[in-house]
Amino acid sequence: MELITAKQIELLKQMWRIRCFEEQAIRLYGEGYYRGSTHPYIGQEATAVGACAALRPTDPVLATYRGHGVCIAKGSDPQRMMAEILGKETGLCHGKGGSMHLADASVGFVGSNAVVSAHIPMAGGVALAQQLNHTGAVVACFFGDGASCEGIFYETCNMAALWKLPLVFVVENNEFAISTHVSESISVPHIAQRAQAFGFPGVTVDGCDVLAVYAAMSAAAARARSGDGPTLVEAQTIRWTRHSAVSAGGYGAGKDAERWRATDPIPRYSEWLVTQELIAPDEPARIEQAARAEIERAVKFAIESPLPAVEQLHEDIFA
Amino acid sequence: MPELTYAQALNQALREEMWRDPNIVLLGEDIGKYGGVFGVTRGLYDEFGGARVRDCPLNEASIVGFGIGLALAGMRAVTELEFMDFCTYAMDQITNQAPKLRYIWGGQVKVPLVVRMPIVAELGFGSQHSQSLEAWFMHVPGLKVAIPSTAYDAKGLLKTALRDDNPIVFIENVKLYATKSEIPDDEYLISFGKADIKREGDAVTIVAISAMVPEALQAADELARVGISAEVIDPRTLAPLDADTIIASVQKTGRLIVAHKAHKTGGVGAEIAQLVSERAFDALDAPVVRVAAQDVPIAASQPLEAATFPGAKELVSAARKLVNR
Repeated sequence: MELITAKQIELLKQMWRIRCFEEQAIRLYGEGYYRGSTHPYIGQEATAVGACAALRPTDPVLATYRGHGVCIAKGSDPQRMMAEILGKETGLCHGKGGSMHLADASVGFVGSNAVVSAHIPMAGGVALAQQLNHTGAVVACFFGDGASCEGIFYETCNMAALWKLPLVFVVENNEFAISTHVSESISVPHIAQRAQAFGFPGVTVDGCDVLAVYAAMSAAAARARSGDGPTLVEAQTIRWTRHSAVSAGGYGAGKDAERWRATDPIPRYSEWLVTQELIAPDEPARIEQAARAEIERAVKFAIESPLPAVEQLHEDIFA
Repeated sequence: MPELTYAQALNQALREEMWRDPNIVLLGEDIGKYGGVFGVTRGLYDEFGGARVRDCPLNEASIVGFGIGLALAGMRAVTELEFMDFCTYAMDQITNQAPKLRYIWGGQVKVPLVVRMPIVAELGFGSQHSQSLEAWFMHVPGLKVAIPSTAYDAKGLLKTALRDDNPIVFIENVKLYATKSEIPDDEYLISFGKADIKREGDAVTIVAISAMVPEALQAADELARVGISAEVIDPRTLAPLDADTIIASVQKTGRLIVAHKAHKTGGVGAEIAQLVSERAFDALDAPVVRVAAQDVPIAASQPLEAATFPGAKELVSAARKLVNR
């Protein structure tokens, strides 16, 4: 599937939005603007952006507690996202969700879930609804390498294959649990191999290459939309930060930092756009600046927004 | 009026609501052509087809998870767990997911989901198939919990559940599946949060749950013969719980027994006793008594099982002791 130039540039803009958003989310946490924790997406931007760009706006997407990146990539408003993270009334969920439970139904982001793998069967159910109602929509379910070890993932793989559901599993393989490396937790070299057991395709792509992710996701979405069932897309990516803002340090010192710089999806894609003469050489810097300014406005909006009134404690428990 | 069994009444509720609402989808194990492990969905596959009456692989957690997904996408799911005990596999979905999503997402979604599960106590199935775990669900904000004891209530409550836009744990009882009620030809619904006074009396209140309701009615008959007038109340739903009806009864009788086949410790009876203590302490002439299963794993062998669960006999003895105190 070919991308028109405007969309190709948009991919870079989205990656910068995510990068800047996460840098600010980490800073605000450190400065005590919110409690709990936050799970940054820095280093993984190409996976969310490439995958969501291959979907239609009406395609539902589900993701994890490391979900800020997917939420932005799906088209949500960074201002309301940041306000949510800060527990503000103006947040996407009026402050009741926080960093790990973002959702924006208006853009088809059917939420991030904070229990590892719990949203995977829900994605199956959302996909079943698309099939039963003949909507033509495809559901994308993002989760990490850790979730791919939970039993409920295999249950859903089986049901999705059995019923040929319009579902794409997107594994964001960022190599690490809090500290355990995938080589110590996963029995096969590639998570994508696990799809074979259920009789549907599994592909491994460079998750730091936004165009590679886009291509793999386009093929998977087309297959799902044509009624042939699920695909497992494993995006091999790299998490630059600790698991979460409250996890112990010591992760990724020395050699890892060099590796991150080498695989950083943003300069890599910027250079490609310039080399292909799709943008001027000074354009990437302008895109970065615009993203920084946009996210700074989001931070200002979030900080200045009011906290929810205590009366809202009992609202929205039942429909 | 025709008489139907509890199981037939549930079947009729499902059938009527599936005709009424094409968005309803059933998910479960062996619920299709086979008609369900205890026959509750019998005939629905033939009537509505395999797309809406879906046989699933044996994976309780994902069955409920798929149900939540259907609900998030605007449909209405009914998931059947074969034995209540198997809810343990699905507990994250039932307690951590379904009742929380609307709240934590700031009201952006609804989760119209009914999770049906039968208690299968006192039938010799042993410890992993015989538990009454209703207290677990009553503890979770965002869940509604129904636990009918008659065919009439089962039908009316299930129909209401199938029109509610919230997650509901619907607790049935296999021991009651063959018991009958007269079922009106005309449609009826029973609201959640409305207890039913199954028998009026003025000397002692017995709040009984699920299979303890018929035991309580039998006990009330026996108590009447010795001159003790017992009032029997079936809460019918535990969340919401109709505390007002219970309090009003205790204010009349001054004595309360809470009775269930669930284990005594941490059971629903403790919650009801405490509610009465908080709201009607001065009306009590004696401490609240719990008649409940012993706090032991449930054995398969008949005499051991029988010694675990209370029945009418234990209720009669508890009531006599309480009234003559």
